[in-house]
Amino acid sequence: MSNPDTAERAPVVLNPALAYDRSPPKPDAPTPNEERWSNVHAPDAMRATTASAETGTTSANRALRVFLRNPNAMTGLIFLVLVVAAALLAPVLYPEDPLSMVARPFIWPGTNSTYPLGTDSLGRDVLSGILHGARISLLVGIVATVIGLAVGLIIGSTAGYFGGWVDDVLVKLIEIVQTLPSFILLVVLVAIAQPSVAVVTGAVGIVSWPTVARLVRSEFRAIREKDYVVAARSLGYGHVRIIIREILPNALPPIIVTSSVMVASAILMESALSFMGLGDPNLVSWGSMIGDGRELLRTAWYLTAIPGLAIVFTVLALNLIGDGLNDALNPRFTDER
Amino acid sequence: MSLLAVSDLHTHYAGPSGTLRAVDDVSLTVEDGETVGLVGESGCGKSTLGKTITRLVAPTKGSIVFKQEDITRISERSLRPVRRRLQMIFQDPFGSLNPRQNIRDILTAPLVVHGYGNRAERAKRVEALIDRVGLPRTALSRYPHEFSGGQRQRIGIARALILDPELVVCDEPVSALDLSIQAQILNLLSSMKKDLGLSYLFISHDLSVVRYFTDRVLVMYLGRIVESADNRTLWAQPKHPYTRALMDAVPDPSRRRQAAPISGDLPSPQNIPSGCRFHPRCPLATDICRTVDPALTSFGPTHQVACHHADAA
Repeated sequence: MSNPDTAERAPVVLNPALAYDRSPPKPDAPTPNEERWSNVHAPDAMRATTASAETGTTSANRALRVFLRNPNAMTGLIFLVLVVAAALLAPVLYPEDPLSMVARPFIWPGTNSTYPLGTDSLGRDVLSGILHGARISLLVGIVATVIGLAVGLIIGSTAGYFGGWVDDVLVKLIEIVQTLPSFILLVVLVAIAQPSVAVVTGAVGIVSWPTVARLVRSEFRAIREKDYVVAARSLGYGHVRIIIREILPNALPPIIVTSSVMVASAILMESALSFMGLGDPNLVSWGSMIGDGRELLRTAWYLTAIPGLAIVFTVLALNLIGDGLNDALNPRFTDER
Repeated sequence: MSLLAVSDLHTHYAGPSGTLRAVDDVSLTVEDGETVGLVGESGCGKSTLGKTITRLVAPTKGSIVFKQEDITRISERSLRPVRRRLQMIFQDPFGSLNPRQNIRDILTAPLVVHGYGNRAERAKRVEALIDRVGLPRTALSRYPHEFSGGQRQRIGIARALILDPELVVCDEPVSALDLSIQAQILNLLSSMKKDLGLSYLFISHDLSVVRYFTDRVLVMYLGRIVESADNRTLWAQPKHPYTRALMDAVPDPSRRRQAAPISGDLPSPQNIPSGCRFHPRCPLATDICRTVDPALTSFGPTHQVACHHADAA
């Protein structure tokens, strides 16, 4: 596997005592006893030490290196870090409620240094709203993704691993949920319950699990046929152990990639709900800011443009990270294996 | 009593285009301490037979008796103590080790599942076995992709032997390896057998490996055993035309003329020929071969052949 490369590059030998001679083997003086050649400690077997010293990095390290070298992924990561910092610092920088009126309305951005992004029609600080809105967007995005992942993983892995009638039933369930237009389902769910952050988060999670379930199911179906899973069965491992220890770690890369995109789409869904006035009325979010500014689009377009850009860049950042993860976690994109 | 006794075993797969008869009425035994070879072309059902015996594939009909216990239909739960005694070595050393686990995890997990000793005893057993298969202990903290094919197959052997089995089904354990490495792995398997008192069911398509390694040989064709003999008898007097064709296909520098290969391909196991299933490719085929399916007939104490023209050989 790594042998052709090994010959080209200078080997990194961790322990000189373990190095083996790379020069062509010199034939020993022929010994009368040919049986002396030991199969158990054959040259091939002893080479394990040096060959692996050279490729001693784990695949996780390799993936991290590929990710950090990717300029798009790094751009996305830096922007996401800024958004997270904004969300964390919001209560420190603007301890006041972002919904309270602090100045005269319609201060344009850049005209008043106290309110760098201006004020809206009710005299609320737009920058404070953006920072506090980041909290809601990230919270809803991340928690909804965790809910969607948990449900999707359980259903998808059960369907993919067991197959047969279990698979048939669960696939029908996934198809039923997927045939419903997800945004309408979301609106109905939020309209039935109270429009609070918890309900919105849960509802977004509920409409997003079928995607994960389908992905996990197909991964599990492919991996369960692999020899190491067959070997695990022949060793008498239980189903839960095989699912969690043997299959899941190998199915993770595409799931990780999908989850970054899921966070982005959850943020979009929350924004859309808030825009329609179905968000939590007591909290400011990017979507509700756009909704408030909608009627003033021709006179004060910055009220929709600024939170709109915040959404665009955050979603873009998450997608760039997802692409970067896809490249980093996919061994075919790297030259090292 | 035999260690393993398989009788009238059938494994059929129901497919959209008909039933695939991968294993079709196979009976065999493996005695204590014996190495039984199972040879045949690709697709003749040898791997399915191995997987059926280890209950990785459900049998359709017949019985598998291992150590006086009928394991044909028992539940996965009651199968667990049997699995400890009945292990398998896989063909592909790259696919049979989980790439996300290091070697210590791969070797310790079977001990945990079967409740072997405490943590220290398990570590000791793992180290003893990694020494025994000829790998350095530093290998334990490494991942499968860091090893060559031969080294991985050593790990696969260590995993199969860590539970101290009595019968090991070796599913083409060396066919994915270089010739020089094949010899090392075969020597390792044979010294393990001597030390641990193992029995092997050794599945291979490579006659030279089988000749070197086994005590008794079963020749399989299209899901059925067509000839069964002890190693020496088979090579001295092969009776089934298929066995002879297989032997002629082994390259031999001392032979002047190129061996005539068997004509045609293996027929589909979904559409098995009538009568003797080998007749469309058989040089000796006559009318009776097209209509009557020959049964295994004894030619001496250990030699059985399923052919109407076995005497003509």
